[in-house]
Amino acid sequence: MILDNLFQSLSYYDESSEKYGVHSWRADFPILETSVHGKPLVYLDNAATTQKPLAVIEAESLYYRHDNANVHRGVHLLSQRATDAFEAARFKVQHLINAVSPDEIIFVRGTTEAINLVAQSYGRSRFKAGDEIILSRMEHHSNIVPWQILCEQTGVNLRIIPINNSGELELEAYNQLLNLRTKLVAVAHVSNAMGTINPVRAMIDLAHVHGVPVLLDGAQAIAHLPVDVQSLDCDFYAFSGHKLYGPTGIGVLFGKAALLEAMPPYQGGGDMIRSVSFDGTTYNTLPYKFEAGTPNIAGVIGLGAAVDYLAGIGFDALIEHELALLAYATQSVSDIPGLRIIGNALEKTAILSFVLEGIHPHDIGTILDRHGVAIRTGHHCTMPLMEHFGIAATARASFALYNTRTEVDKLVEAIYHVKELFGR
Amino acid sequence: MSDLRDLYQETIFDHYRQPRNFGRLQGANRRAEGYNPLCGDKVTLYLRVEDGVICNARFEGSGCAISTASASLMTENLKGKREEEALQLFDKFHGMVTGSTMTNDLGKLAVLAGVTEFPQRVKCATLAWHTMKAALQNIGEPVTTE
Repeated sequence: MILDNLFQSLSYYDESSEKYGVHSWRADFPILETSVHGKPLVYLDNAATTQKPLAVIEAESLYYRHDNANVHRGVHLLSQRATDAFEAARFKVQHLINAVSPDEIIFVRGTTEAINLVAQSYGRSRFKAGDEIILSRMEHHSNIVPWQILCEQTGVNLRIIPINNSGELELEAYNQLLNLRTKLVAVAHVSNAMGTINPVRAMIDLAHVHGVPVLLDGAQAIAHLPVDVQSLDCDFYAFSGHKLYGPTGIGVLFGKAALLEAMPPYQGGGDMIRSVSFDGTTYNTLPYKFEAGTPNIAGVIGLGAAVDYLAGIGFDALIEHELALLAYATQSVSDIPGLRIIGNALEKTAILSFVLEGIHPHDIGTILDRHGVAIRTGHHCTMPLMEHFGIAATARASFALYNTRTEVDKLVEAIYHVKELFGR
Repeated sequence: MSDLRDLYQETIFDHYRQPRNFGRLQGANRRAEGYNPLCGDKVTLYLRVEDGVICNARFEGSGCAISTASASLMTENLKGKREEEALQLFDKFHGMVTGSTMTNDLGKLAVLAGVTEFPQRVKCATLAWHTMKAALQNIGEPVTTE
């Protein structure tokens, strides 16, 4: 629907206006000045990881130059400053996703660790043989394998929501899958391979009718949509900093306080305890109960800077820009003979996955790279999804706030060169 | 972009579009599967070995231009080779595509020398070869390029 409207409004979007401020946004990202193979970098692999604005790079650097100390326990000034910066970032994340309390924000390594935490702490302590977890066909391996491990440990079973050929979830089938044995629904907010925005609000409502909590894998949503965990009413929300213009190695698990309170710790160690003796240990309160050991302090501070950066741009401007770019790219590639888009959902983020007749995506990726165009090729860690479409791999161009129509043109030009080389 | 032409030579396209020795081999007495988890490419290699000589070689699977052409060219090359010669050929080929050794006696296989400029594609070029090694050593498990 959004896409249709944008197609209609395409005529209003022209490069000269650049009303979305894309050129000033580009200037915030030093790496975009880079050349690869003698060509200007056209970075279209943002679903894998986004580039970092100077504000994020400097926040990490400033911390190491001026404030570096361990958090939470020191009485000295640097430790206080490090702790303040660290906890300030937690507030920023709380406001980004509109959590009720900062105690609901658990810092982890990334989306993968967040999901593993829920599987091992929440799932393992509560689920029994015969219970069911609902996933979907389009999940990233990181929202499949942690549950498979849990299946081996507890005897729970996985039920899979099918998808249609546009790459959208079959909601009727989802409805049928929910039953008295269902203990959790874990689905992607946005598909990493196709960009499909899943109707998570309605899915959560339906799950809650059955008293089933829902975990959303927000890795691909967090930088492209406003996320409000209260209005979604999701029980867990997981995302990674590095897909949000922040550093790698830092991510967030949001969980409703009541659920987190009742869950056993995921890892044991320092910081997650209140007192330790050989007669018994009492655990710390939220969020520290789930943050054993010295955390990725610089990463958290960098993530806080990324959240500030995104807030400065605002989701309205960002979404308008990215969806206009997706509409332009979709229209541009649809003229290329033999090209098929994988994932034509009505509601999509700016991800364009495609295959070319008779040409393997890996070859496409190599040739595009020589044009300076960085895309991802392969199964995108979604092998069950690839199987659904009967393909081994796709080529995926994924856009971010700093991409331009000129870059889309370069992508298209490079795809034509692939076809020329292959004589197709 | 001249190195693209070095990689994608006409012979490569020829063997990609019309792979030689493609399909199951009746009477094969060695078989192995290869898998490249990076791109999902799969290859199954069948060999007929008699008195230490590879009498026939065929393959099936799906892959990119580089991995398909490499498998096709390899099967052509293996026929009539003794097992130890095939393993020596593996070393020479591997040396050529990784750029670690210089060889000028690889004949038609030399069309894959352009791979040295594309380190990410070495695994594509060597997938069938690792599979051949596994087949000769009778390794039951699928081999991967990792």
